[in-house]
Amino acid sequence: MVNSASLCLCGEKMIQTLEHTAFDVQAIRQHFPVLNRVVKGKPLVYFDNAATTQKPQVVIDALADYYKNYNANIHRGIHSLAEEATAAYEATRDTVQQFIHAKEREEIIFTRGVTESINLVAYTWARTNLKAGDEIIISGMEHHSNIVPWQLIGEMTGAKLKVIPVNDSGELIMEEFHQLLTEKVKLVSVVHASNSLGTINPVKEIIDAAHKVGAVVMIDGAQSTVHLDIDVQELDCDFFAISSHKVYGPTGIGVLYGKRALLEAMPPFMGGGEMIKDVSFEKTTWNDLPYKFEAGTPNIADTVALKAALDFVSGIGKATIRQHEDALLKYATEQLQSIDGIRLIGTAKQKVSVASYVVEGVHPQDLGILLDNQGVAVRTGHHCTQPLMNRFGIPGTTRASFAMYNTKEEVDVMIAGLHKAIKLLR
Amino acid sequence: MSEIKSIAETEEEIVDEFSLFDSWDEKYEYIIDMGKKLKPLEDEHKKDENKIKGCQSTVWMVSELKDGKVYYRAESDAVIVKGLVSMLIRVLSGHAPQEIINAKLDFIDKIGMKQHLAQTRSNGLLSMVKQMKLDATVYQAKAGMN
Ligand SMILES: Cc1ncc(COP(=O)(O)O)c(C=O)c1O
Repeated sequence: MVNSASLCLCGEKMIQTLEHTAFDVQAIRQHFPVLNRVVKGKPLVYFDNAATTQKPQVVIDALADYYKNYNANIHRGIHSLAEEATAAYEATRDTVQQFIHAKEREEIIFTRGVTESINLVAYTWARTNLKAGDEIIISGMEHHSNIVPWQLIGEMTGAKLKVIPVNDSGELIMEEFHQLLTEKVKLVSVVHASNSLGTINPVKEIIDAAHKVGAVVMIDGAQSTVHLDIDVQELDCDFFAISSHKVYGPTGIGVLYGKRALLEAMPPFMGGGEMIKDVSFEKTTWNDLPYKFEAGTPNIADTVALKAALDFVSGIGKATIRQHEDALLKYATEQLQSIDGIRLIGTAKQKVSVASYVVEGVHPQDLGILLDNQGVAVRTGHHCTQPLMNRFGIPGTTRASFAMYNTKEEVDVMIAGLHKAIKLLR
Repeated sequence: MSEIKSIAETEEEIVDEFSLFDSWDEKYEYIIDMGKKLKPLEDEHKKDENKIKGCQSTVWMVSELKDGKVYYRAESDAVIVKGLVSMLIRVLSGHAPQEIINAKLDFIDKIGMKQHLAQTRSNGLLSMVKQMKLDATVYQAKAGMN
């Protein structure tokens, strides 16, 4: 397979072309400077990608380039730098639109990340559209950021929260979802791919069914955006939330996609500069989309660099990346299963590259410390999904999550580290 | 006459023991070993009010004042944490409240555990120390009232 990727940095300042014959993971690794780190005297094995991915040089360069060469406040200035900065900022909006196949660029709202995107919908759409007696459906595998905002809105509006249960493999029990889905349901908000289990949920089925009862659907794309092809028009979801830092981009920037009609009807989230058309003490009118939801000076640098990240991913090709990650997940799963006393948490048929496990008689924290001592970065704990951990009757798991730059050899390092740790701890 | 060691002396003793190890592997092996040897706490003490927050793992700790000295006992569901607690107990238990309050506890730093354990975990270690000192402060205050 031949992939040619044009990695285009803001303002056509640098064009780099990558030629790959097949997927060359060593060539990919060259783009990520942090992978040269030595931790505790050992080469870093970074398996905490579901928490945040590392950044390729093009992203780091885009950030530095912005500050070095054209830092300016956007939209309002007429001088050259302001124009360049505005163009770069808006170019990211176009790239995001293409990346998730949104119909219009105005449907792309920049936020701080998934958490803010969900809260934006909660405090604008949900707060004004929900009332006592209404119901919100979420799932049993939600991240706290897709639970707590709805609880808060529930308290304000009287709307009730209903939860789709999870089976022993870590899949949603869809029969139960269809049971819960009555005319009372006004909103369904579910995670596309679980950060703790890796499960890919049948969101298309959920969206279609929810629309039949007139409910609005929000999809938490925190984990799916980096692994799966996202087409919001084909999915027909009403809202979709993204965090840049989980897609090889900078922290502090994210996206809320929303259908135009809904966004138009929603009140603003925050008031301030940029989001207004005219301000007087008697009456203020709101700016057009997307600016209505982007009050104040936005996170320009990180937004600009997000484009570099998405171009980088598109340049390599998500399908190619996915193939590599799936192979790693399969290999890691087999290797883990061969360890005595290990229990995989999350064995769904459809998964992104997340391997969560518990080891009999061993606390995840101890495993995490000893793996770190081998240079292996995994995450231990409840992964901000406490209700899900309760469902499995465990306080937490050890989670290895893979990205495009991980290798089979790194999986071997983790497995060897596990053997060593388990021997010490038992 | 057999003097009990002062807090500083025990700290120094632990630092000496750790200086024998060349690698982190050995240090952890030693800490895990201490963790495994820590006398378990009776179930009746493993209740919420004895829990120490700030750790991924759970620590339960109880203390009592006997003849003017504070005695601690603790347990955790994680072995490495248990090893760390056991060192703290070895250093602080059996001393007067004022000595415990004044203890510098820089052995944690000297054996590399403060830098070595990531911030999130070292917070756990710090909250253990805080709780132990808090207990001592309470005993001190009560003694002052009598
Ligand atoms: C499934 C899921 N939802 C939401 C979030 C929250 O994302 P952020 O912290 O970037 O807002 C995360 C991040 O861990 C996640 O994995």
